[in-house]
Amino acid sequence: MSDTYEIDRIKEREPAGPLALALDHWHRERGGRMVEFAGYWMPVQFEGIIAEHLWTRSSAGFFDVSHMGQIHVSGAGIEAALEAVLPIDLSTLPLGGVRYSLLLNEAGGILDDLMVSRWGQGFYLVVNGATKWDDLAVLRESLPDGITLNHLEDRALFALQGPKAFDALEPLVSGDYPLSALTFMRGGQFRLGGVEAWISRTGYTGEDGFEISVPAESAAQIADLVCAQPQVKPVGLGARDSLRLEAGLPLYGHDMNEALDPVSADLAFGINKRRRSEGGFPGADVILPLIASGAATRRVGLVIEGRMAAREGAKVLSGDAEVGTVTSGGFSPSLERPIAMAYVPAALAAPGTPLSIDMRGRRLAAQVVPMPFVPHRYHRKGAA
Amino acid sequence: MTRYYTKDHEWIAVEGNEATVGITDYAQGQLGDITFVELPEAGADVGIGDSASVVDSVKAASDVYAPVSGKVTVVNAALEDEPELVNTDPEGEGWLWKMTLADPAELAGLMDEAAYQAFVAEL
Repeated sequence: MSDTYEIDRIKEREPAGPLALALDHWHRERGGRMVEFAGYWMPVQFEGIIAEHLWTRSSAGFFDVSHMGQIHVSGAGIEAALEAVLPIDLSTLPLGGVRYSLLLNEAGGILDDLMVSRWGQGFYLVVNGATKWDDLAVLRESLPDGITLNHLEDRALFALQGPKAFDALEPLVSGDYPLSALTFMRGGQFRLGGVEAWISRTGYTGEDGFEISVPAESAAQIADLVCAQPQVKPVGLGARDSLRLEAGLPLYGHDMNEALDPVSADLAFGINKRRRSEGGFPGADVILPLIASGAATRRVGLVIEGRMAAREGAKVLSGDAEVGTVTSGGFSPSLERPIAMAYVPAALAAPGTPLSIDMRGRRLAAQVVPMPFVPHRYHRKGAA
Repeated sequence: MTRYYTKDHEWIAVEGNEATVGITDYAQGQLGDITFVELPEAGADVGIGDSASVVDSVKAASDVYAPVSGKVTVVNAALEDEPELVNTDPEGEGWLWKMTLADPAELAGLMDEAAYQAFVAEL
């Protein structure tokens, strides 16, 4: 380990107290209730979680996700270098393509999940806020000399999600091609309100929508511009969590972590086909046999009888036997009932399996259901 | 009728030996959208500071503590279908339970409205 690496690592160590995002003042001015999350002050809600949630499902919600890590990697041999770190097949990722991937350890545990986009030069990665400092350390350690890694700390990241996200955003952008050229999991370079922006048709709510990376210095200007559209309201972290839960999307640190493998987590799709046959990524020796044999436990969706929500950490029972743990749970505003994700033995993972949850001494009846709980409405290529 | 408040943001309105208990407007605002209220059983004895009820919001579940000890006489059945009453009218229609007091002297340990408002202003 070189001295330079040590210096980089010290410089990039997670700060001691919560930091202010570029939009901190903007959120507070709009009545955002600020909480500490992933090392930042972030708005948990504006007018109320249920209202913001339903607004996103019916119109368009604007989310500030600038806490997430934006990283650019480039240099000679970047494809091979990145494939040595991630189980991704970059040969099938076109220019502007976006793909879900996983940062794994040698034991096959999940260090983080991330999005990888192919830019003209190199690749653009978006990683979780709470894990970004560790991710940067892993990447710096793993990527060879000659690869340049830039932590794009001078950029803000927003998400605009919902069935009217396109209608709201389209009049505001210009570029070499129209915004409609983007289908689900495709991105491109645009100008948004005159500001240079990377926009991808991606998100974390199950809805059609976009993620928008802009220079942090223009963050408030862009937020004002987008939120001035009649379809758009700002939405906080609370609804972001309930939306992603309904969409069946796992959250790092809750539904997956270093002790869990991607097969149990139902994220094996993050290990691309060619990499399954070739291996050569961290944890391949553990994960490839698991893909072949199936995992002993599985992440499943549960619907719960009654109105009391099951929360993270609650025990799952089959009969009187403890068989698993809830990793995310809450009230679904769209379904108006509590839903949860849990890990259970594979034999109890089939939809329809009756289970129960011990919630503060109360026994809640639950049933395994397929996820997503609320259907995805992505704008896929070839779809109408 | 005299209304008292706790540092855990319950209110208790007392008339003679009878009282009505709920959570304050400040508390409902902090909890956000309330989706479920678990109420005590009518007839249950509660001790001062016991968790007597649970208020579930979209974000989290929160205990509601008995401000004083006594016996639960009636619970607010309307909350079963409309838990959001606790959001819209926390100190009125959104009451949680009624109780008889075991020891009215315990009320001396609670805040009056002015003291509670001052307490909340400091938070």
